[in-house]
Amino acid sequence: MSLIEITDVRKSFGANEVLKGIDLNVEPGEVIAIIGKSGSGKSTLLRCINGLETINSGSIQVAGAQLAPDELHLKALRLKVGMIFQSFNLFPHKTAGQNVMLSQMVVKKTPKPEAEAMARKMLERVGLAHKFDAYPDELSGGQQQRVAIARALAMQPMALLCDEVTSALDPELVQEVLAVVKELAAEGMTLLMVTHEMRFARDVCSRVVFMHMGRVHEIGPPAEVFGAPKTPELRQFLGAQH
Amino acid sequence: MIEFSNWDILRNLLLAARWTVVLSLVSFVGGGIVGLGLLFMRISRSRWPRLFAGAYVELFQGTPLLMQLFLAFFGLALFGINVPAWLAAGVALILWTAAFLAEIWRGCVESIAKGQWEASASLGMGRMQQMRYVVLPQAMKIAIPPTVGFSVQVVKGTSLTSIIGFVELSKAGTIVTNATFLPFTVYGYVALIYFVLCFPLSKSSQYLERKLNVAHRNH
Amino acid sequence: MGYVFDYSWLADYWGVLLKGVLVTAELTLVGATLGVSLGVACAWARSLGPRWLKPIVATYVELIRNTPFLIQLFFIFFGLPSLGVQMSEIQAALLAMVINLGAYSCEIVRAGIQATGQGQFEAGWSLGMTRFETFRYVVLIPALQKIWPALSSQIVIVMLGSAVVSQIAAEDLSFAANFIQSRTFRAFESYIVATLIYLALAILLRQLLRGVGFVLFPRRSGR
Ligand SMILES: Nc1ncnc2c1ncn2[C@@H]1O[C@H](COP(=O)(O)OP(=O)(O)OP(=O)(O)O)[C@@H](O)[C@H]1O
Ligand SMILES: [Mg+2]
Repeated sequence: MSLIEITDVRKSFGANEVLKGIDLNVEPGEVIAIIGKSGSGKSTLLRCINGLETINSGSIQVAGAQLAPDELHLKALRLKVGMIFQSFNLFPHKTAGQNVMLSQMVVKKTPKPEAEAMARKMLERVGLAHKFDAYPDELSGGQQQRVAIARALAMQPMALLCDEVTSALDPELVQEVLAVVKELAAEGMTLLMVTHEMRFARDVCSRVVFMHMGRVHEIGPPAEVFGAPKTPELRQFLGAQH
Repeated sequence: MIEFSNWDILRNLLLAARWTVVLSLVSFVGGGIVGLGLLFMRISRSRWPRLFAGAYVELFQGTPLLMQLFLAFFGLALFGINVPAWLAAGVALILWTAAFLAEIWRGCVESIAKGQWEASASLGMGRMQQMRYVVLPQAMKIAIPPTVGFSVQVVKGTSLTSIIGFVELSKAGTIVTNATFLPFTVYGYVALIYFVLCFPLSKSSQYLERKLNVAHRNH
Repeated sequence: MGYVFDYSWLADYWGVLLKGVLVTAELTLVGATLGVSLGVACAWARSLGPRWLKPIVATYVELIRNTPFLIQLFFIFFGLPSLGVQMSEIQAALLAMVINLGAYSCEIVRAGIQATGQGQFEAGWSLGMTRFETFRYVVLIPALQKIWPALSSQIVIVMLGSAVVSQIAAEDLSFAANFIQSRTFRAFESYIVATLIYLALAILLRQLLRGVGFVLFPRRSGR
């Protein structure tokens, strides 16, 4: 059984149908890159999987459980799937450590000492153990994004959704975040990431999804997708990347 | 004719000003509690509480406080009780303050970036948890200057309760004027006392506002 | 409760209400026009005027904003005559409203001028305009456009606040309500009706000011 099963998912904003029947299965441990033009629906797909948008039809299952829009189901889903945002979205009134501890204590009712131990471990894992007491505005963009990753990891999700996690970063900070993601991949974390880093997608991902006009237009291992694109749209997209 | 010294006038006004202060505090605290309730209704996800709170705010912000005072005074009397002026004054001012505070606070809650809601949702927090741990702590910080600023409106608003017969600073001004025939002096003092009450509040609101703007550190 | 609401008096007294509405409307329109003009003048004085004028305007603004409108009204109507200044009720009411709105709109307009930025002034000066010309032709309209919503709310607040002018026997809408209840002994109903009329006036005034905004600022200036 796949970890994430997406079947014929449709999503409209008003009259604008953004997802026009998406089918995608993600196996445990897979690292999937989603590429495509701006407006093709990549973010919307990730947000649907995390329940931040409600779908109009189709179904999304995570680890066998159906996604439903009520608070109980959503909570269960979000405990299984974490999300990392382009704009970090750290809580500005909490330190890095508190950012990582908060949801453990509030959502999982983890006692404080354990939450703190976990927070230290996770910050260590993203190379920021020494920034435990720093506030978000005392951190660089790359550091903030790594704290956000630690915060999601502390909830021990089965999969992580990453939406252009390096797009808001200065070029010299991109690598430190990608290195963390790469390590997660190597450790066997299931990752579903929208990215513009084609080299990274080629090196790290097991499959690449090319989205076009709200559909999965082409899908396959990176060697195939990048090496031998089948459709003119993908060829054009890859051509425009340089 | 009895002679009134300046001190006599001022002493009487100051004694009455105590009631202005008490009524202001009661209105502000009571209005804050009711306003918090309204705020939660206004940003609730169900329709009816939202509509109710919206209509409430519209009604209280769209009609004169003086009319609200009259309605409280004569409306409470419909229940057959002989309403003391302080009760009508307190009820009306609390309801009026609540409407304005709820609206100020709603603005603050809505100014919290959408990403904060989304990030906390993606971590599995429920609506109340998001409010309690993520949104309100941030909203409260930016709400302080305008809230302090509105307290000035509350103090000034209490002056209208003199019209339904509550003896506070303004009413005392009228009474002392009628006894002394010195309207210029008496209302001058009254204005001065209000100024002494309000000016520090205004200034601290401005100061807090500036401090908030300077500190781009958000914690 | 055994109370029976009775609105039959409306048949006899609607004319009184109408007269009150007209007075309130008149006070508001004239008061708003003069008050905002005063506010613009004060905003100019506070941001660009001669140095000696600034503290005077600042004192005026703080005095008005930190005292109740009711006391300002009483001071003008009861206090000033002892200095030999005589006024009718309506004149006193209008004067109080203008002075009150002048102080508030001064601060609002000043914020607009600040938001419009130094660059606009420098552009005007570099074209050879005087400080005043730059203010009048370059800065004022964009500044007003920025703060028009805030100014509009303040005008509505002044309209609603004007209900207290009945306390010096200016015959506005609230005066009409007082008058009717003293004749009919239907206090609650009188004030309910007056309150609803005020609500309608507030909604109407807000729309009117939106319309004025569209006329004054026909195109959106880039910000
Ligand atoms: N909340 C919303 N309301 C209305 N339309 C929306 C909303 N969110 C997204 N859309 C529309 O859905 C379409 C797809 O948006 P989406 O953000 O998924 O694209 P994307 O592939 O992530 O693009 P990008 O690479 O620019 O991030 C766009 O046309 C966008 O305008
Ligand atoms: Mg996107």
